[in-house]
Formats: sequence, C-alpha cells, structure tokens
Amino acid sequence: MNYRTHTLDNGLQILAQCNEQAHTSAFGFFVRAGARDETAAISGVSHFLEHMVFKGTPNRSAAEVNLQLDEMGSHSNARTGEESTIYHAAVLPEFQTRVVELLTDIMRPSLRLEDFETEKKVIVEEIMMYADQPPYGGYEKIMESFFGDHPLGQSVLGTVESVTHLTPDSMREYFRTRYSPSNMAFAASGKIDFDALVTTVEQQCGNWDRFETAREPVTPDYNSGFTTIHNPNANQQYILQLAPGASIESDDRFAARVAATILGDDAGSRFYWEFLDSGLAESAGVGANEYQGCGSIMTVVCCDPEEAQNNLARIKNVLSRAVDQGVTEKELVMAKKKIASHILLASERTETRMFSVGTQWLNRQSFRTPEQIAAVYQDVTLDQVNAALKQYPMEDPMTVVVGPRNDLVPA
Amino acid sequence: MKQQTILTHQFPNGLTLIGQPMQWLQSAAFALSVPAGSRYDDPTKIGTANFLCEMVQRGCGDYHSRAFVEALQMLGVDFSSSAGNYHTHYGGAMIASELLPALRITADVLRRPHIPANQLEEGRLVCLQEIAATADDLPQQAMNRMKLRFYGDPDGRDSDGTIESIKKISIDDLQKFHQRYYQPTGMTIAVAGQFDFDAVVEEVGNLFDDWQRQPLAEVVPVAPEYGVEHIPFESEQTHIVVGFKGCTYSDENYYLNRCAVGVLSDGMSSRLFTEVREKRGLCYTVFASNHSVKDAAGVFCYSGTTAARAQETLDVILEQLHELSRGVTEAELERLKIQIRSGLVAQQESCRARANAINSNWFHLGRVRTLDEILENINAMTVAKVNDYLNAHPPADFSLVTLGSTALQLSDAKPV
Repeated sequence: MNYRTHTLDNGLQILAQCNEQAHTSAFGFFVRAGARDETAAISGVSHFLEHMVFKGTPNRSAAEVNLQLDEMGSHSNARTGEESTIYHAAVLPEFQTRVVELLTDIMRPSLRLEDFETEKKVIVEEIMMYADQPPYGGYEKIMESFFGDHPLGQSVLGTVESVTHLTPDSMREYFRTRYSPSNMAFAASGKIDFDALVTTVEQQCGNWDRFETAREPVTPDYNSGFTTIHNPNANQQYILQLAPGASIESDDRFAARVAATILGDDAGSRFYWEFLDSGLAESAGVGANEYQGCGSIMTVVCCDPEEAQNNLARIKNVLSRAVDQGVTEKELVMAKKKIASHILLASERTETRMFSVGTQWLNRQSFRTPEQIAAVYQDVTLDQVNAALKQYPMEDPMTVVVGPRNDLVPA
Repeated sequence: MKQQTILTHQFPNGLTLIGQPMQWLQSAAFALSVPAGSRYDDPTKIGTANFLCEMVQRGCGDYHSRAFVEALQMLGVDFSSSAGNYHTHYGGAMIASELLPALRITADVLRRPHIPANQLEEGRLVCLQEIAATADDLPQQAMNRMKLRFYGDPDGRDSDGTIESIKKISIDDLQKFHQRYYQPTGMTIAVAGQFDFDAVVEEVGNLFDDWQRQPLAEVVPVAPEYGVEHIPFESEQTHIVVGFKGCTYSDENYYLNRCAVGVLSDGMSSRLFTEVREKRGLCYTVFASNHSVKDAAGVFCYSGTTAARAQETLDVILEQLHELSRGVTEAELERLKIQIRSGLVAQQESCRARANAINSNWFHLGRVRTLDEILENINAMTVAKVNDYLNAHPPADFSLVTLGSTALQLSDAKPV
C-alpha cells in the first residue's frame, strides 16, 4: 500500500492511498464548505448545493448523472456538515476513469432553475423528516445555544423559510466563495491507477479558476444554560449537553477521544454501567467533536421521561467524578483495545480508507495510515487522559431537553 | 472475485459450524444463531426471548455481570446480540487472534448464564426502554405494523413485545425459556475472516459437543390480515408502507423477483427514486425491498412525506407498481446487474457482513450461496425471463399502512 499525492497548478490536490490487492476503488471530493460559511440569509445553502451538484452540468442532465452512476454500479452519496461537504463514489476498478470523469464534471453544476425548484421540495421534505425524528430539533437547538453568534451554531439543513428563499443566483454566489480548487481535495483509495487518475483530473479540473476563500477560525464564547423543547407527542425524553472540547489543531485530541470512549462508549463505559446496564436510559453516550479552532464534547441520553430529572443529576455526577478522581489504568487498557479493533475493522473497507485520507486533509492537511493512527492511540498515557478530563471538564454545559416534560430543571 | 471456500462441520447434536476463510483480512467475525426466537414466546408474554437475550449477558460461567462485559472489552470484541423471530443472534467482530477466546465467552452466555433474579428489574427496564424508543421511530412503527398484518403471528411478530407483555414476564419464565430453547439442534455458528478452520472446529467441539439436543418446537400460526390500516398521529409527515407478495430466499423465482424489485428501487436511476423524488420532489425517502421470512415474503415500499402531498405520493408509488407489471428494459436490467456485482465484491471487505450473510443463507436454504454463485444467478437473468415472471406475478393485492394526521385512499386494497 502506498500513499501518493499530486497538486494541480490551480491548487487542487489529489491524494490517494493505493492498494494493488484491493478489488474496489473509492473516490471523493472533500470541500471546505459547510454551515459555518453561511450567513443567516442563505442558511442551508451548503446542503442544498450538495443536492444540486447531482442535478447536472452543461454536459449532463440530472437524470443522466443518476443513470451513469448506476451504470457503473457505483455506491455513491454525499454529506454536508458544519465545516465540509463530501461527495463520494465507490466502484469496481474498471470504472476508475469513468467515475472520476463524472465526479469532476458534476463539481461544476449548472444549477438550472427547474431542477432547483423541484429539489427545493425534496429539501423541505428532508427538514420535515428530521422534525419527526428524535431528538426533534434538539441538535440544531443545542448547537445554536452553545455556540451563540459563532458560525458553528448555524443549522446545516436551514429552515423551511430560509431554504424557500434561496435562489440559483444566491447559490452561485456562495459557490464562488467556497468551491475554489484550492479549497478542495480529491481523495482516492483501493486499486488505483494513480498516473491515470492525475491525467483525468488534470484534464477535467485543470481549467478551474482559483479564487480566494476565507474562513476565520474565531474562538467561540461558549455558552452554558438550560433550554426545554416541549414535545408532548414524544414517548422518550432526550437530554443533550455540549461542553468545550479539543480542537482539530490541539495535540490532546487523541487523549480527549480516549476519555470520551471511557466515559461514554456504548459498551463497558461509565455511562454504560450508570445508564444502560441499570435500564435507567435507552441510550447514553459521550462523543468528541473537533472543529477548526475549537471543539465540543456532546453527551446524549434518551430515557423514560420519569427518570429524566434524576438522570440529569446522574450525568453531572458521573462526569464530575471522572474529572475529580480520574479514570483507571484498566479503563484505559480496555478503551485502547476497543479503539484498535475498531480502527482495524474499519480500515479493511476501501471506502473507509478514502474517507480517512480526505478527512485528514480537511482537518490538518496531513496523512497518517490507519495503522499509524492506531499507534498514536496506543501511546496515549493515563496522565494525558486525566489531564484532558481536567482541560475539558463538562461541568458547566449547555443543556437542551426535548420531550413530553416541560418541568425539568438543571441538576 | 477472490476465491471462496465454504467449509462446514456438522456436530452430532445438531449444531452446524460454517466457515469462509478470508485470508486477506486481519480480522475475523462470528455470527451465532440459536433457535430461540420470539416465535416461541408465549403469545401473552411476547418479548420473552428478547428479555432473556438481555438477561443471559448479566453474568455467565465464571463471570459476574461486569466481568463478562470487561472480558469482551479486553479482547476488543465488537459484540452484538438481538432476538429475531426464529433465532436469537449473538455475534462479534474482532482482531483475528481473539476469535477463539470470544467464542469461549459466548459459549458461557448460551450454556451457563446466571439469569440473576436480583437484576430482573434492571433487565425489564432495558426492554421497556427499547419499546418506548421504537415508539418514537415512526417509519419503524408503520413497518412493524405492516409486517404483523402481512405475515400474521408469529411470523410478523415484533420481538420487543409490548409494555404489558414485558411486565408479565417472571424470572421463572426466563429460566424455563432458556432450558427449553437454548439448545444445539438447529443452531448455527458462521465464522468469516482470517482463521484456521480445524482449530475452530476443535474449539467449538470442546465448547458445545456435550450439549444435549432437544427437538425443535412447533408453533401454531395465526392467519395474516391484509388490507388497509391508518394509525392516527400528529406528525409532520405521513409515513406510508405498501405491501404485496414477494419471494422467499428459497423460492425458485427469487432472483427474478430480486431483479424486478431492483429496477423499482435500487440506485438513483431506479423507478421509484426517479418518479417520486427526482421528477416530482414528493419526498426525501422512498424505497421498496423484498423481505423474506422462512415460508412467506413481502415486498414493502416505504415513503414519508408531508400530509398535503401524501396521497399523491401513494398514487405515484401505486402507478409505478402497476407499470412494473408491463416489464423492465434491457438497460435497466444491465444497470442492476452491475450494481449487484459491485455490492457483492464490496462484501468481501467485511468479515462481519459475510458471517451474517452465511448464517442467513443457512437458515433459508440449508446451504451457502457463494458470491460467485449469486453472481452467476444474477447474470443468468434476462429481460424475457424477468418480464415473463412479472406477467405471471404482477404486483397486486396491495396492503397499506399509514401513520400520520390523515388517512389515505387505496382503491384496490382488500377491505379489512
């Protein structure tokens, strides 16, 4: 397996982890464009644009894009987050040139009005679909409350109102601030003919104009507090908490993730014993989210509404006990075992390796193999984990509770 | 496609071990199915198999409750368990070297669980929480309701049971269920990934060979109840499930039906995605898939859409189902074949996916279809064959379950 890179004159980077033994190939565009790059007036545009990218170019209609992706038997999709938009496709190696030709073509979409208006309806349905799903807007609410005026508080989907007001022109304007070749990378993994890959991408993207893109990594003034979303139709109560965590740039992010695993993994963690083994909650977890210039630790508990008030106190107790007393060597060893196993299983999938290549570029413009990442985790010490817990103590979080209870109070 | 060898070993007590070496991986996975599924639950105590699946993991063999979970953690096993209809399933994926130790712990779960009375109420709470969480999953609720109506009981049974049934289950019920149904006849263990099959045979023999067999149980089925049902609920979207007769995995027409449903729903150029979502923007989610229990099968189509557009969505889905009976095209079938081939090749990258598929094959067919064989079957499909099948078995006699603020009209459904 070898890692190869090439940069076009306009700044577009091509990154590939090539594996001659693989039977599949995976490709993806990783764009630094997400909800944090939007203004309120165009809220939801990154995600809407992600949909519109599949709606055709001067060379292809929307139906042709779908047809050709299926003709290659591709497993393809896209996703939009706070900081990035990712377009990906996995195929049999024989389709390398065709799929690269298609993926590069659709990255310069036409944004035709008729397609735009039809797709707008799909997006509205997507917003409504999430409105019916737990935690019923709780995620958007807590991001907004926790990050306040910071752009990371902005919703990825936008609202029915903001999406309804979007136009192809406002989307084009947004495109011109984010989709510069210098602000995106093309990642690949599996059985790759790298030289052919470079040739195709050069042909297709070499004439893309480079332009300035900016994203100021402003440090947020994190907020704490307590908010209720009353939903009498819900059966369960959903508790969400956010507290400051490690950023993408910080060296203690690995230790912080190990700490999150010890506290809130779905098996054998402190939350597991407190909430799941006891039957006090249906699900309970702690996870670290890293962003450019800042980070957060999210706690989510879904439980019987009757237990919600007590569970708020239990969350606080579990977290403050960990900060005060630290975790044990045995917990560290178990967490490392689990992480090593998880990385190995994931790395056997070509698609996961491609995501790893692309995501590392988004995060730090660097690359480590899954094996090297596993080794970094193995080197994390107990002192580092306990220091991370003290550095990011989760003691004064933003809390959002969603469900049938409207009388819950902070613990 | 990589070379595929299926290895089997039959133990005298009825346990079958099936292995597919995937020596290119560094991991291994097992999938174990014991014929103790929810179909054997007392009809007044549905959820017993699921409750027991929770309780057997609260201490077993020499492990007390916490030691059991920690032992799996120390091996880095991603362990899973669930109660299905015929079987209760236990499985794990891990670094290859830990496969045999993981099987040893799992043998304790099956054969020597403590089922501790002092943890009964915690276990019950876990089951009740699962039921409450599913109640918040509206598409799942609509789908569960369709399966119960379409298959009848016990084939369409929801293994979780109900709040009422879970409250009735005693420690005695759980122990008796364990004694009667946890046994080797009809039990399968599938392993996939990197392993030495002889060593696995020896270890599984040590762990299970002396386990006494019992006959499989018979269950009296309750007839299905086709037709239309609306579940009133104040939601943003109306959740629509349309059902009609499908093909079981063992049916000789299985691949013909697979192709027909694939044209309907596989990929972004499929008919449902194109007509319902791409052309009309009626929904975000729309799909159809063939679902098979042992002796019956259904094709279930789902979409969720806001109330004002729900009737149109249903009408377009039905229009496409009728249209399908007029046949598929050469181009559609070619696209589908390549999609299926691509999916099969990708399955070689996951020992967990392969172990589960092997176990499912054994249940439905009594043997394993290799990926090559599946590919051969798919490649043998022609437009003429698929269209003959559709001509003889057009989608018809639709059942409908909707969940949302207003009921919808299904003109040709059988009345309830």
